[in-house]
Amino acid sequence: MRIFYNETPLEIPPGITLFQLKRQLKPDADIVILNGYPLSADRLLQAEDHISLIRRGEQPSADDLEQLMAARHTPGVHQRLKSSCVGIAGIGGLGSLVAIALARVGVGQLIIADFDIVEPSNLNRQQYFIDQIGMPKVEALGDNLRRINPWTRVTAHNVKITSTNLRALFASVDVLAEAFDAADQKAFLASCFLQALPGKPLVAASGMAGFGPANTIKTCKITDNFYLCGDGSAAARPGCGLMAPRVGIVAHHQANAIVRLLLNQSPETEESTI
Amino acid sequence: MTITVNGSERTIQENLTIQGLVEDLGLAPAHVVVELNRHILTQDQYSQVSLKTGDVLEIVQFVGGG
Repeated sequence: MRIFYNETPLEIPPGITLFQLKRQLKPDADIVILNGYPLSADRLLQAEDHISLIRRGEQPSADDLEQLMAARHTPGVHQRLKSSCVGIAGIGGLGSLVAIALARVGVGQLIIADFDIVEPSNLNRQQYFIDQIGMPKVEALGDNLRRINPWTRVTAHNVKITSTNLRALFASVDVLAEAFDAADQKAFLASCFLQALPGKPLVAASGMAGFGPANTIKTCKITDNFYLCGDGSAAARPGCGLMAPRVGIVAHHQANAIVRLLLNQSPETEESTI
Repeated sequence: MTITVNGSERTIQENLTIQGLVEDLGLAPAHVVVELNRHILTQDQYSQVSLKTGDVLEIVQFVGGG
C-alpha cells in the first residue's frame, strides 16, 4: 500500500505500525507526526497516511526541510495553499502579521505593497526588528518571511497604492487583504479593489485600537466578496493607541478568513466542504 | 421616497445623492464603502449618483487603525 514519508510516496506492505516504520527509516527520530498531528502512541498504518519523522534540534537538509515544515499541515490543505497567491495592501501592524501567518501555513505566493520605512513607533505592534529601522518595509518583511519560510515566494512593491496601479499590482491574487492604517485609505482601497477586480474577495479590517475585550472582534460578510474583521468601532485616536494584542487578533482574523476562502469555506460561518 | 439602507427602510427626499445620504447618516464620505443595488461604487460617484425609490444600499464605515 502507498503512504507518504516526508511527503514523498512510499510503498509498504500492509500491517506495519507507525513505530515499526520509524525503526526502519529513522530510529533516532523523537517526533513522529501522522497526518499533521504528533503522536506518542503506536498505531497501525493505513494507505495514504502522511508520516514525518523528525530528530529534535537536527538541522535538516534543504531537500527535507520543506517537507518537515509541512508536516504539521493537514494533508490536502497544504497543496491548495501552496498553489495560492494572496495580496497584502499595506504591511504595518495588520499586513506584516497577516503575511507571517500566511507564510507559516505555506501559502505559495504573497504580493506585498507598501511605501513606508520601518520606524521606532512601528515596533510596538508591527513584525519588524530594531536593526531594521530605516529599511523599506517591503525589504525588511521580505527578509523576515524568507527566514520563516523560504518556499513562500514574496513579490514586493515599494510603492504607494493608487487607483492607477491597483489593478496591475494585484491582478493575479486569489484574495486581497486590506491592511492600511488611515480610515480614508481603507475605504478608498476597498471601493477601488471591489470595483476594479470584481469576483476577487477582499478581507478588510476596521476597529482594533486600545485594549478592549478581545471577544468584540469578529469576521463579518458585508457583501459578496467583501469581508470585514474587527470590532467595527474602536478607532485609533489620541488616548486610544494601537497595541499589539488587538491588532494581532484582527490580523489573524484576516489571515484565517483568507485561509478559509482559499479552501472554499465561508470565512464567517461554519460549514464543511472539505 | 423609500430606500433600504443596511437592511432598514428609510424615507428620503427626492434627488438626494449618495453623498447627501452618507452625510445625513452622520458619516464621512471618505471613510465609507457603498454598495448600491449590489454594485460597489467608487468614491467619485457619490456626488454624481442620485437615489431612486426602491434602491438597496449597504454602507460600511471604516475607522482608523492598522
